[in-house]
Amino acid sequence: MTVAKNLDESENVDAVLLDAVNLALHYEMARDESVVVLGEDIGSNGGVFRATAGLKDKFGFKRVMDTPLAEALISGMAIGMASQGLKPVAEIQFMGFIFPAFEHLFCHAGRMRNRTRGRMTCPMVLRAPFGGGIHAPEHHSESTEALIAHIPGIRVVIPSSPARAYGLLLSAIRDPDPVVFLEPKRIYRGAQQLIQNNGQALPLDKCFTLREGKDISLISWGASISETLQAADVLAQKNISAEVIDVATIKPLDMRTILSSVATTGRCVIVHEAARSFSVGSEISAQVSEKCFLNLLAPVQRVTGFDTHMPYFKNENYYLPSAQDIVASALKTFKES
Amino acid sequence: MKRAEHLVTNLGHQSLVQFHLDYIQFLGEQSQWVSERPGFASDDWLLKSYEYMVLNRVFDQKAIALQRTGQLGTFPSSLGQEAFGVAIGMALQKDDVFVPYYRDQGAHFLRGHKMEDLLLYWGGDERGSAAGPKQDFPVCVPIATQITHAAGAAAALKIKGQQQVAMVTIGDGGTSKGDFFESLNVAGVWQLPLIVLVNNNQYAISVPREMQCGAGTLAQKAIGAGVHGVQVDGNDVMAIYQAILEARQRADDHKGATLIEVMTYRLADHTTADDASRYRSSQEVKEAWLKEPIKRLQSLLFDLKLWDSEKEKTLQAQCTDKVDNAVKNYLNTEPQSPQSMFDYLYSEWPENMNEQLDILGDKVERMDNHH
Ligand SMILES: Cc1ncc(C[n+]2csc(CCOP(=O)(O)OP(=O)(O)O)c2C)c(N)n1
Repeated sequence: MTVAKNLDESENVDAVLLDAVNLALHYEMARDESVVVLGEDIGSNGGVFRATAGLKDKFGFKRVMDTPLAEALISGMAIGMASQGLKPVAEIQFMGFIFPAFEHLFCHAGRMRNRTRGRMTCPMVLRAPFGGGIHAPEHHSESTEALIAHIPGIRVVIPSSPARAYGLLLSAIRDPDPVVFLEPKRIYRGAQQLIQNNGQALPLDKCFTLREGKDISLISWGASISETLQAADVLAQKNISAEVIDVATIKPLDMRTILSSVATTGRCVIVHEAARSFSVGSEISAQVSEKCFLNLLAPVQRVTGFDTHMPYFKNENYYLPSAQDIVASALKTFKES
Repeated sequence: MKRAEHLVTNLGHQSLVQFHLDYIQFLGEQSQWVSERPGFASDDWLLKSYEYMVLNRVFDQKAIALQRTGQLGTFPSSLGQEAFGVAIGMALQKDDVFVPYYRDQGAHFLRGHKMEDLLLYWGGDERGSAAGPKQDFPVCVPIATQITHAAGAAAALKIKGQQQVAMVTIGDGGTSKGDFFESLNVAGVWQLPLIVLVNNNQYAISVPREMQCGAGTLAQKAIGAGVHGVQVDGNDVMAIYQAILEARQRADDHKGATLIEVMTYRLADHTTADDASRYRSSQEVKEAWLKEPIKRLQSLLFDLKLWDSEKEKTLQAQCTDKVDNAVKNYLNTEPQSPQSMFDYLYSEWPENMNEQLDILGDKVERMDNHH
C-alpha cells in the first residue's frame, strides 16, 4: 500500500482500490472541512484494511474519530452529525456487522428528507467492505446489498475498480442524501490503475459500460466484474462479442443503460455473489423481461451465490461465481435461442 | 456562551446513594499471597488449572503457526488471558449454559471440546461447532450479540425452575454495544441467573480500554443495571474462580446476575490479521509480560513444592503431543462436500431448492474439469 505518504498531494497515482478509497477521503477532507470520518479502528490504526490510513495524522482526532465498538451508535451518530451540517463518512468494519445500523438506515437516514418535507436531510456515507474470497472467518464474507437496496431513500453504490472507487466515493460524499458505499474487499489489492487525484467525481445512478459488444450483455458489479471480464475474453475466443456493464449504483438502478444494451444484444446474463433469490439480479431480470421481452433471444440467465449461508471459507469457492460459470450461462443463451 | 450567574452548584442537594465495588485478588504480581488461600484451591485444583493454561498456550502458538503457513484462517490468540478461559472452564458445571465469544480456548477444552474442532472452525469448516454440550452456544463473532442470548438462556433456566446458570463471555469493546446494556438491564430487573465475564484485555483491536468507556471501571456498569459488579485480577486464576463461585451463590439464592470484570492483557495481536505494533508500544507489552498468569501460577506451584523443572518439561511435551495430534486429525479431516452448504438450512430438505442443487452440481463439474 502506497498511500498515506504524500499521495494526496501528487496528481497522478498508481493505486489499487484500497488506495483509491484512501485518496478520495484525503482529497475530500482537505477540500471540504465539513467532512468527518468515524468508525472502529479507523483513526490510530488507519482501519483494519488501512483504508483510512494517514487521515488522523493529517486532519486530527476531531475529524477522524475512533468510536467505541457500537454500530448502532456509529450509524445513528452519523445521522445526528449530518443533521448539523457535517458530512460524516462512517465506516462499518465489515458488512457482516452492519445489521445494528439497519434501524437507523431504514427508520431515519432514508426517510429524514421525506419525513420533514425537505427541512432535514441526511448527507452521510456508510462505507463497508464486503464480499467473499479472502478466506475470512464467519460473517466476513457475505454480500447483502439487496437488503440495503430495499430501503427507500438510500443509495447503494459499489465500485469495481480503483478509478471508480475514487470517483464514486467523491460523489457519494458530495451527494446530499445517504449513501451506503460497499467496497469489494476481494479486489481491494487487485490491479493498479492510474488515478488522477484531481477531485473529479464520477456520476452516481449510472451504469458503466466497460466493454462494448453486440451478442450478449453481461451485467455485474463489485468484485465479480473481474470474472465477468474474464468470461467476456473467453467468449471473444468463441467469436461471441460480449458487452460488459458495471451496474455501480445498485439503487436507484440505471435500467436505461441495461435495457438499451439488452435490446441490442438480445441476451442477458446477470452475475453477482449475493444469494440468488430476492436479489438485485432478480430485480434486473424482472425489469428486463417486463420492458424488453420482445428483444430477448433467450431467457435471462443469472450466475449467483446460493440461497444458503455463505459457506465458511473451505467451501467458499463453491459459492462464488467463476468465469467458467458465466461462460456456461452465456453459452446457454445461444443454445436456447 | 453565557454562564449561569450566582450558581451555587450544591444548593438543594442531599446525599442520595453511594456505591462501592470490590476487587478480588489472591496472588500478587510477585506470586505472593495477598490474601488467604481459598478453600477450593487445593493442590490438585492448582495443578489442573496450570496444566490447562499451559495447554491453552501451546495450542494458541500452534494455531498461529498454522495460520502463518496457510493451514488455518484468521485466529484470535488468547495469549496472556489463559487464566480467564481456564477459570471459567473450571467453574462451569455440566448443565450450565456456556455462551462464549471467540477467545475462550481454555474454557472450551475444559468443556470437553476437541482441539481439532476449534481448528476446524478457524480453518473455515462449519463442523467445528457441531460437537459440545447440547445447551452451549457456539463461538460468536458478531460482538456482544451473544450476551442477549445468554440473558434469554438465563431466563429459560429461571422459567423452567432449574438451578443452573448461564455464563457468558465478552470483550471490553463488547461492553460498548447496546446489547451489553440491554442484557444487563434485563438481568437486573428480572433477577436472572446470569454471570457475565468481561475479558478486559485492554484493547478492542486498536482501541484502548480508556477510549472505549469514560468510567473508571467496566464493573461499575453493573450498578446502573441493578446487578452485582466486581473486578478481579485476571492474571490470578483463583481470583476469577472465586468471583464466579460467589456469582453462582448469588444466582442460587435468587439474588440475580453478576458482572465480573476480569483484568487481563492481550499479549498477542488482536488476531493473526492484526499488527499491534501499529498502535501500542513494545515497552507496554514488555511490562505486561511481567504480570502474565502462567508464570504467576507456576511460581506459586514452585513455592508450594508442587512443581519442578522436570515436571514442567514433561507437561510441555505432553501438551505439544496433544496439540500435534489434534493438528494431525484436523489436517486429515476429509473436506465437506460442496452440497453440505444446503444440509442444515432447514430441518427438512426444501424441495423448492432442488434447482439450486442442480446449479451447484453443474458448477462442481465445471470446477473438476477445470482443474
Ligand atoms: C458487531 C461487530 N462489530 C465489529 C466486529 C469486528 N471486530 C472483531 S473483534 C473486534 C474487537 C473486539 O474487542 P473486544 O470486545 O475488546 O474483545 P477482544 O477481541 O479484545 O477479546 C472487532 C471490532 C465484530 N466482530 N462484530
